[in-house]
Amino acid sequence: MFNILRKSLSTGVVTTSYPETPPEVSARARGKPEIDWANWKDARPAAKICPTGAISCEDKNDRRSASLDLGKCIFCGLCADVDKSIRMTHVCECAVRDRSALVTGAAYSLKSDGTHDRLVSPESAVANRQSSTTTASKTSTASLENLAQKVQDRAKRVLGRSLHIREVDAGSCNGCEVEIVGLNSPVYDLERFGIHFVASPRHADMLLVTGPVTRNMELALRKTYDATPEPRLVVAVGACGCSGGIFGVNYATRGGVDSVIPVDVYIPGCPPNPYALLHGILLAVGRLETKRR
Amino acid sequence: MNILTDLAPILADIQHRFSARLEAVCVTQLNEVYFDAKMDLVPGFCAHLYRRWNGRLVSVFADDARAEQGVFYLYYVFALDAAHGFFVLRVPVAPERPEFTSLTNAIHAVDWQEREIQDLFGLRLIGHPNPRRCALHDDWPEVYPLRKDFDLRSTLPPFEGERHNLREVEGEGVFQVPVGPVHAGIIEPGHFLFSVAGEPVLYLQVRMFYVHKGSEKLFENMPIPHCVRLAESISGDSGFAHATAFCHAVERVCGAEVPSRGRALRTICLELERLYNHIADIGAICADVAFVTANMHAMRLKERVLRANEQLTGNRLLRGMACLGGVRFDFESEHIKAIQGLIAELKPEFESMIEIIRDSSGTRDRLETAGVLKPEIARSLGVVGVAGRASGFNQDLRRDFPHDFYDQVQFDVPVFTEGDVQRRMVVRREEIFQSMGIIQQVLEKLPPGPISVKVDEVPPGRSALGYVEGWRGEIFHWIRTAPGNRLARCKVKDPSLQNWPAITEAILGNIIPDFPVVNKSFNLSYSGTDR
Repeated sequence: MFNILRKSLSTGVVTTSYPETPPEVSARARGKPEIDWANWKDARPAAKICPTGAISCEDKNDRRSASLDLGKCIFCGLCADVDKSIRMTHVCECAVRDRSALVTGAAYSLKSDGTHDRLVSPESAVANRQSSTTTASKTSTASLENLAQKVQDRAKRVLGRSLHIREVDAGSCNGCEVEIVGLNSPVYDLERFGIHFVASPRHADMLLVTGPVTRNMELALRKTYDATPEPRLVVAVGACGCSGGIFGVNYATRGGVDSVIPVDVYIPGCPPNPYALLHGILLAVGRLETKRR
Repeated sequence: MNILTDLAPILADIQHRFSARLEAVCVTQLNEVYFDAKMDLVPGFCAHLYRRWNGRLVSVFADDARAEQGVFYLYYVFALDAAHGFFVLRVPVAPERPEFTSLTNAIHAVDWQEREIQDLFGLRLIGHPNPRRCALHDDWPEVYPLRKDFDLRSTLPPFEGERHNLREVEGEGVFQVPVGPVHAGIIEPGHFLFSVAGEPVLYLQVRMFYVHKGSEKLFENMPIPHCVRLAESISGDSGFAHATAFCHAVERVCGAEVPSRGRALRTICLELERLYNHIADIGAICADVAFVTANMHAMRLKERVLRANEQLTGNRLLRGMACLGGVRFDFESEHIKAIQGLIAELKPEFESMIEIIRDSSGTRDRLETAGVLKPEIARSLGVVGVAGRASGFNQDLRRDFPHDFYDQVQFDVPVFTEGDVQRRMVVRREEIFQSMGIIQQVLEKLPPGPISVKVDEVPPGRSALGYVEGWRGEIFHWIRTAPGNRLARCKVKDPSLQNWPAITEAILGNIIPDFPVVNKSFNLSYSGTDR
């Protein structure tokens, strides 16, 4: 007993002060890639080397549209190795509420040698294309969004100060689990936010779901979702949870979590580190408006 | 092709004994020999290697070669630990008679693997004691995903019928406790059905493959360099080991020689992976018997290693580090200092953590004699890795088949015969100290020079076995290459697939509340099993 006390006392406090202070990451750490859209000359090498198809390059007539989907990116940095216009940043806090916000892109005019030139339209090309497909149901979308916002606000109000999370592995490789377990460590100490993991979805306010959702886990995930009392939040974790990742959609997988249940927040990464996870969870309950210096 | 001196007499004996019935013998690597024969030779060949040469069947799998040779092939991979080599027996199965003879009655170790072949290739098992579905659940339609005429992107019809045909245990006072697939902890999904009478567990059925992601099929649909990243995602906690095993297989096919510095850095990364997982497991075992303080210290130390991983490779789980022909990032002097600092800090911290665990008699009381896996059962189930070594199986690929830099360093392989939870923890404890020693030795001997060799186009139509002793146990990746820098087949064997049935043995007679700690002491990967 004396030894236990002595060890605890000599260890002292090891907990990070995140989110008041920024994440501590090392010089080599690979966060999200950043593309110099304006000066990018050729999207093909990066698209070819990308193992998950996060970087896409589509040519149509004399026009090329290129995009980067952070929801698919595994932050391997292979694209930055072959392309000077791409740089790996240290940024790990990438969580968003809207899946389409993870996609950036640009359109170029295609040259005869296969490289591209001149920015035809700046970054938002992909987002525009996506929104144009949904204009048909614009009015209903607007009211839905309104409703969604109300639900969100209510969820924040109800869950903001005390949140119970049920973690659901719906097909992950267990890399995300290694990091999620780390949230309980004294270093990240999720409990200091009044947030903790519970054993049953019936006790939970939030499902933290890792993917890709496999065919065999689809029913279990739906049942878990149905067993979670409302208001409830769903956070999709990792490249696989956001999009299906390297596994994509095949005979055994359904793809991202949102192909099976509605998702409130997406946390990219492979796996997202504990800061990224904290960022996403706090974003979901609207507690990120903190006083970072 | 040359052959290892230790392996030559065994090869001569096999050739002499089975001469007339062996259709071809081909030495593809110094320690890898292929034999072609008919199905009826398998039991005799197997028995001879087991009895005469202490061989063991480490992997059984199938390959659809109907397009090239008009047949399915079955592969039986034997490890000859004492002779440091692998014998691979290849047997054709005619498509018009898609069936094969089961070995499970004689070698329980191949039970799940044979059933997996039946499910994924549609080759019917003959004489298997329990030929129920395994890799595909009972409600799957009649599809054979690993046949070449099955498309990866197929959309399958909805499920029908029962998911699992589980066996009932009947009797007065016997009741069933179903658990999962969504568990109470932050762990992976699987279904357990406990049959209990009062407190002790009479029988446990384990149904896995909830996270089957079609990975082996996916390997066949990707350019080889992308497959390295897929290999990292076979089992996230063993990402580097899996990716390295895969790279070994490709390098053997190409005859690529990884520079010694690349091999040294791989070794350091493999040991870092072992360190963080073993430390986390010791903590988690303590947490499962309510000694949470130890777990807090363990999680803190694990975090320390993960941060070092990030500093060295850019990713906390070492992802993105592995590549064909070596590793991607070199260690500069500042990184080497960081590793030395890590070990210097970790060693006393870990020792004092062990001390508080040792001092806790309540913890010891729960761990000793819990979840005993007897050596004879472990041997017959072919249990490997940490669990195998805690149950008397003196085996470690790092020593018996030294890959990467392991032939340059000295280390001990801890082996115990009690086979309880305590010994599985102690094996980890000892391996942590050995790992630190290995890392220090590699740093002392760290050769200069390049960290990788370029691996370009991979020649088609060749096969090779890649292997790595991951922290959990032996990992095998067997590949057959296809034209256009692609794979025709990649068979992934995680030690978890081998070890799962052992849990159903170890839990017998224990109580359900002890299951979490028994399970944790094995800490098998669901994703590695299901792929």
